[in-house]
Amino acid sequence: MKISYFPGCTLNTKGKGFDRSVREAMAALGVELVELPDWNCCGASFPLLVDNVLDLVGPARVLINTAARDNKLTTACTTCYNVLKRTNRVLREDENIRERLNYFVEADYQGQVEVSDILQLIRDEVGFEKVKEAVKKPLNGLRVASYYGCMVLRPPREVAYDDPENPHALDDLMAALGAEPVRWGAKAECCGNYLVARKPEVAMEMSYRVLSSASRAGAEVIVANCPLCQFNLDRWQRDLTLTHGGFEPIPVLYFTQLLAIALGLDPGGYELEKHYVDPRPLLESKGLI
Amino acid sequence: MSTVVSLEKYIHNDLVRRVEELSGQDLLACYQCGECSAGCPAAFAMDLLPSQVIRLLQLGQVEEVLNSATIWFCAACQTCYARCPKGVDLSRIMEALRELAMERDGDTLKHTEIPKEELEAFPQQAIIAGFRKYTL
Repeated sequence: MKISYFPGCTLNTKGKGFDRSVREAMAALGVELVELPDWNCCGASFPLLVDNVLDLVGPARVLINTAARDNKLTTACTTCYNVLKRTNRVLREDENIRERLNYFVEADYQGQVEVSDILQLIRDEVGFEKVKEAVKKPLNGLRVASYYGCMVLRPPREVAYDDPENPHALDDLMAALGAEPVRWGAKAECCGNYLVARKPEVAMEMSYRVLSSASRAGAEVIVANCPLCQFNLDRWQRDLTLTHGGFEPIPVLYFTQLLAIALGLDPGGYELEKHYVDPRPLLESKGLI
Repeated sequence: MSTVVSLEKYIHNDLVRRVEELSGQDLLACYQCGECSAGCPAAFAMDLLPSQVIRLLQLGQVEEVLNSATIWFCAACQTCYARCPKGVDLSRIMEALRELAMERDGDTLKHTEIPKEELEAFPQQAIIAGFRKYTL
């Protein structure tokens, strides 16, 4: 199948390893991601004031751009997913905002595009059984903590395609790859999000709570689905070893990096070397790279 | 001769009305169960708990809330909204409060205050979302 793909600003720059692993893994699964031409940033946060229609223009433009060539849009960055999905819902349900936005950007969009997250696409369009059959290098014995964060879960009625309190789609995918998903409590807790820009020490502590929960559950690696979650969880671990006694660093990968490796693809372009906690010794010890 | 004193204009004052308008939320829907405070992942850093923010707003104490650190520690993770039995979207109320505080005191994030090495390391979305939340 073919589907329009929105990389978003971070996957086009800091998250290139994520982007490349997504494109290659999806191609290996028989899904061709067609990059949306002339795309723009979604805004990286859904505007929460009822009269803030201006901040909906960016994501609305992405949806309008998609509608000209496709009725489906997928994205790997879960923040983009959250913003696009919620904006689309507003455009479907709020006649007043729909009219104002259409007038402003000179379009006639009714909210017809279906927005999906890449994990959702893998689950619903490819199927975990088919993924299992395509595995060339099973992740045998790798204890993985699947981290969902906020963006694919909340608000549940607007964005969730999984159980918002105990999601399992990512655990199911990891199991299909041959890994051992650990049971842990912080899989849906916030990493600190944009607080990192203003109060990094608070984001750091929020991330510590996620990391330590994964470690306590016996995980060897955490997989993330959002570049900001990945950064917040990964970035401060050296500092955390100094401030939190007994803390042991744990690598944080994008789930698609592990997916691509399990599918037998060459991880040379996935920027594993750019992660703050080097995941390569672990992957080497498991015979995966 | 008796004088009737109405507390309405003190409690449901103009600032409270603006919070309601900007957030689209009914502050009186909250019955103080505390679910939001119990689940908030940033509560450890807050001087007012999320449920206390709503309680103060119900009592018209907007200035006290605008002067608290809490409104800047909400990461809009929406855990409170997902769990609120009354469907109050507290993250929208927090956004309205940030808006009012910045109308009063100006932007709270300047790019010159972010260390250069962090600015270079941040994923783009951290910078974009940060400036959307902390500047007008």
